[in-house]
Amino acid sequence: MPSTTLRRALVRSLRRAPWSPEVRRDVRFTAAGIPQALPIWLAVTDSKLLFPLLAVLLLLTRPLTALQRGRLRALYGVEIPRPRPLSGRRMLLLGMTWRQTLHHLLVGPLLAAAALAVLYAWGAGLVLATLYGWIWLMPPGTALRSDLAGQDVWLTLIGVVLLLGAHWPMASIARLEAWAAKWLLGPDRAEALERRVEEIAESRAGLVDAVDAERRRIERDLHDGAQQRLTSLAMNLGLARRTLKDVPPEVMQVIVDAHEEAQAAIDELRDLVRGLHPAVLEDRGLDAALSGIAARAPLPVRLDVDLSEPIAPTVEAVAYFTVSEALTNVAKHARAGRVDLSVRAAGGRLRLVISDDGVGGADAARGTGLTGLRKRAASVDGTLSVLSPLGGPTTITVELPCAL
Amino acid sequence: MRAVIAEDSVLLRVGLVKVLEAVGFEVAAAVGDATELLAAVEEHRPKVVVADVRMPPGFHDEGVKAAMVIRRQWPDTAVLLLSQFVEERYAADLLSTNTSGVGYLLKQRVANVDDFVEALQRVAEGGTALDPEVVAQLLVRRHRDPLEKLTPRERDVLALMAEGRSNAAIAASLVVSDSAVAKHINSILTKLDLPPAEDSHRRVMAVLRFLEVG
Repeated sequence: MPSTTLRRALVRSLRRAPWSPEVRRDVRFTAAGIPQALPIWLAVTDSKLLFPLLAVLLLLTRPLTALQRGRLRALYGVEIPRPRPLSGRRMLLLGMTWRQTLHHLLVGPLLAAAALAVLYAWGAGLVLATLYGWIWLMPPGTALRSDLAGQDVWLTLIGVVLLLGAHWPMASIARLEAWAAKWLLGPDRAEALERRVEEIAESRAGLVDAVDAERRRIERDLHDGAQQRLTSLAMNLGLARRTLKDVPPEVMQVIVDAHEEAQAAIDELRDLVRGLHPAVLEDRGLDAALSGIAARAPLPVRLDVDLSEPIAPTVEAVAYFTVSEALTNVAKHARAGRVDLSVRAAGGRLRLVISDDGVGGADAARGTGLTGLRKRAASVDGTLSVLSPLGGPTTITVELPCAL
Repeated sequence: MRAVIAEDSVLLRVGLVKVLEAVGFEVAAAVGDATELLAAVEEHRPKVVVADVRMPPGFHDEGVKAAMVIRRQWPDTAVLLLSQFVEERYAADLLSTNTSGVGYLLKQRVANVDDFVEALQRVAEGGTALDPEVVAQLLVRRHRDPLEKLTPRERDVLALMAEGRSNAAIAASLVVSDSAVAKHINSILTKLDLPPAEDSHRRVMAVLRFLEVG
């Protein structure tokens, strides 16, 4: 809540010593706002100036706002996000420009006037606190001396209070100005939220990309390392099995077993690597990779692919794993005889349609498989819909953006 | 028989040399990239080349490109390509000129030395060896009506035919008699409107032509 923030700020400023760096910063900051307020003060004294001034303000809203943002950043350390730039007639119609004008016309000059008043108070405080010095300097018998008689103690006291206390309103003015600038010069709430959503979407896309890149790296490492070594091992064992003649049968049995194990390990590692990030996807793209999944599926798959638009690698990976998991689900649950798989890119959207002639009854709310697919699609702002009446057939449609 | 090997992984290259020498090939050269491969083929004129698809400098499809050059310039040299994954396009490129004396296997198949040697010898003698996964992918992509007419068993036989297997090998693989295989093949050839042919690679060629690879 801004009001509690303000209250807390006031309390903090009361605990501050008048010679602290914060006070000097407050003074520099608020004093720097005074020059811009001068023409407005002038206009208040002469109503003829008001309308021309208003016109100039409207024309110069953006540079003035930039100036204020610069002052806040350089002298007060507060960053006001830049509002979205607008042009032409829309500028006048939108609340943002009026808020900025309100700041330049009213809030800024008022706060500057307050700042000027505080500066005056300091000046007055300095004069009053040193009252005895002035009295001492004056020749005896001056009118001032007799005028001040009896009030000199009070006036000195007031001067000391002003000297030591004027920084409290100064700090409040500075805080108030920063707070007002945030609401009047920055983006409005809707825009701030919009911006935040953009930031979050961006950081999520970065995260998804990073995970994808990490999977590729592991795939490459496994391929260059363990897979080659295992294949070489299996070749050697196969060669031994083929060429060794005069070995006892039990020794040969050990060799045979080791060879079979090595081949099984190669197959398992290949499946694992394929689950991480299939090399064909990286080298030859989604189209080629889909043929591989379709061919390996335990049931007949008809494949219809048309990828005439460029697709981001991360989206390709999501599409690949979506199809792969969907086919696994069909094989496990649907009791289907065949699957039709259509993958098409058009109008910036990649559309996957997986339909089977199975028993139906798939429910995205219950099945963990479908939930996983939905989460996968959502990770790149995609959607998934399932049409699966009891008795079948089932159609799963996934739509993904072609670019992140 | 003289052979040349091109494989950038030293481990696998050494393994391939050992396997080929153990089964009676004379390995004239074992090189690490496509440029060296072409130079070695020009120099030694081997009977067969075993080459990796992905090789330096681009690690893309250097092996396929080199294979195409070899098939054009030295038609007597057979080529067996090894690949980390199946890509129909590579198989199609490789088979587009001439289907005799070519092979395309997944790299992991070299682990099963007996099968690998059998496929290598078949290719070296002018036959064909396609990885079962290549054939499966080709069948997925082509869904023209005539293929739908085949029974599942006939599709199995067709797939093995496309791999370049002989009738006896198909019979052994499906655990049926030779005559049953012959009957299936006749039925497939009739359904697909393919003319009956004698030797195995022409059968493969016919099948692949039908699959629109050739």
